[in-house]
Amino acid sequence: MLSIRNLHANIDGKEILRGINLDIKAGEVHAIMGPNGSGKSTLSAVIAGREDYEVTEGEIEFMGKNLMDFSPEERAGEGIFLSFQYPIEIPGLTTTNFIKTAVNEIRKYRGQEPMDAVQFLKKMKEKMTLVNIDQSLLSRSLNEGFSGGEKKRNEIFQMAMLEPRLAILDETDSGLDIDAIRIVANGVNKLRTKDNAVLLVTHYQRLLDYIIPDFVHVLYKGRIVKSGTKELAYELEEKGYDFIKAEVEQGA
Amino acid sequence: MNTIDLIKEKYQQSQSNNGSSLLTSLEQDAFQTFTTVGIPTVKHEEWKYTRISGVFNKEYAFNPESLPGNVTASDLDPVRLPGHAEANELVFINGLYAPSLSTLRSSSLTVLSLEEATKGEFRDTVLQQLGQSSRYIKDGLNALNTAFAAEGVFIHVKKGKIVEHPVYIYQVSDARSANILAQPRTLIHVSENAQVIFAETYATLGLQESFTNQVTEVVVEQAAVVEYYKIQNDTAVCSQVGTTHIRQVGKSLVNTVTVSLNGAVVRNNLNIAMEAEHSESHFYGLYFLKGDTLVDNHTVVDNVKPHCESNELYKGVIDDNGTAIFNGKIFVQKDAQKTNAFQSNKNILLSDNATVNTKPQLEIFADDVKCSHGCTVGQLDEEAFFYLRSRGISEKAAKSLLVHAFAIDILEHIKPEPIRQYVDQLISERLEFNFE
Repeated sequence: MLSIRNLHANIDGKEILRGINLDIKAGEVHAIMGPNGSGKSTLSAVIAGREDYEVTEGEIEFMGKNLMDFSPEERAGEGIFLSFQYPIEIPGLTTTNFIKTAVNEIRKYRGQEPMDAVQFLKKMKEKMTLVNIDQSLLSRSLNEGFSGGEKKRNEIFQMAMLEPRLAILDETDSGLDIDAIRIVANGVNKLRTKDNAVLLVTHYQRLLDYIIPDFVHVLYKGRIVKSGTKELAYELEEKGYDFIKAEVEQGA
Repeated sequence: MNTIDLIKEKYQQSQSNNGSSLLTSLEQDAFQTFTTVGIPTVKHEEWKYTRISGVFNKEYAFNPESLPGNVTASDLDPVRLPGHAEANELVFINGLYAPSLSTLRSSSLTVLSLEEATKGEFRDTVLQQLGQSSRYIKDGLNALNTAFAAEGVFIHVKKGKIVEHPVYIYQVSDARSANILAQPRTLIHVSENAQVIFAETYATLGLQESFTNQVTEVVVEQAAVVEYYKIQNDTAVCSQVGTTHIRQVGKSLVNTVTVSLNGAVVRNNLNIAMEAEHSESHFYGLYFLKGDTLVDNHTVVDNVKPHCESNELYKGVIDDNGTAIFNGKIFVQKDAQKTNAFQSNKNILLSDNATVNTKPQLEIFADDVKCSHGCTVGQLDEEAFFYLRSRGISEKAAKSLLVHAFAIDILEHIKPEPIRQYVDQLISERLEFNFE
């Protein structure tokens, strides 16, 4: 589904990603872990098409298409979804209106008719139950005054509504207590199918107790330096990132 | 003929036609001021960013010469505001009130020419209140309008009455065969315990240019409630300078919303004189500019008496080569203790050539007050923009959603549903995106 080859990316002339290789197949859950500043959020943003980053080398292929020529909205249309580490507050725009626009813009991209109000409300109701989000939250301005947990739940709700092929969850657990993590993880698990895939980006292992990854990759200084199964996450939790750093330095 | 010479000629004519009027001395003093002070230039502090003198370099037909008659009721159909079938409609053609095109549905509303109003029960009100705006606006344009004041209109709202039908005011320039210089003049008296809603809009018929130099004075008595909405969406070759001067002479509530969407040069002076204790006023503005449009909002809140509260919020979105000016002054006079006065101006620039000049000012002479003022100028939030696009929303739609979200807290202060929807529609059209 997703194939990243030798990806290099800069911001303001500083190289953050220095040769990433990653393959994700339908039905898989991958976790990217790594210390602060290793490039985790950059990788998420570059896949989603953020224009602040300059891709200097390498390529990203998604469903057989070269993503580098696609704008962020086209990538969403192709089925990529990024759950933000810090979801943006937009006063004056209701969550419902926002999602309705997003759903119909994506349908337009795919050459489908817009959803009518009845269909849309039906779908909203269904997905609201799925991710356990309240109607009152959705009639308010987008994320404005939401708690950390509400913002993340809203991200997962948007994911449920947009039904992406690949969902990238950027530090979805940061700032959440254990109950909130459970609710969010539960939502993600319910949305998993054999046709979609999840890329979890996280600093801590704890989210991986709730969303079990098939593969764990360690990102350090802009490269994936180690890959393994979920046991690797436990090892990291136990030993900290220092042992990875030591391994890398030794290897170098 | 040069416009200034034309004005002088018309003034002489109108003076000899009027004979002995109670308004003559007011007009003569004003004309004297006009000839002394002249048209404001950019050297005038209050006109620093707004060049109006160019408007006078063109030839115009001046209002009395093109009397209503050429404009038919059907010409007005595109001008009428939604909900007009349930509204009082006051039509001004080239600055002059046109009774034959107007519809009065509310018996609590009286409309007379100012000249006529000086001859009956409203005599004292007119003589006391007419021309009060010149205390705040001392420039030649206000004086020029006052020099022809007798041609204006007096609107009276009866004591203790709620005017159930809103009052729609259409300022129409018939520029189908010539450039029009129009000078509407209105004195509105809202009596004790009365409630009334005004919505005013501007339209130029035809392809020629128009310049409207307007003065509206509003006197609000004890326990009265007034809402005043102004929608400026005339063609891009039409200019206007308008003063709305509101005196709260009794404890009262005033809400105004000024929406400016199109025009060449548009200057709005809005003065609120809070002359009675415990008065409250809220005034909002939204300007959304494209092309070469210049919109200048000059507001003054004068807190004269204690325990008053005012809220002011003006928001602007400026695209293309548009220019916006905001100048807001709050005065808190020595006796006006316990005043709460808030003012804010927020701007978004959508293009590299868009300009905004904003100047919030506070002058406080009392010592126990709560006041705040501030302004912001920025661009659309990049983070928010990417957030929307990452959800599949195109650049154009994302921009529209963000601009609309920015404007909405002004729109929600337009209380009459049909007017709010109408303005919302105009903004959606401007954004070329339908939110459903």
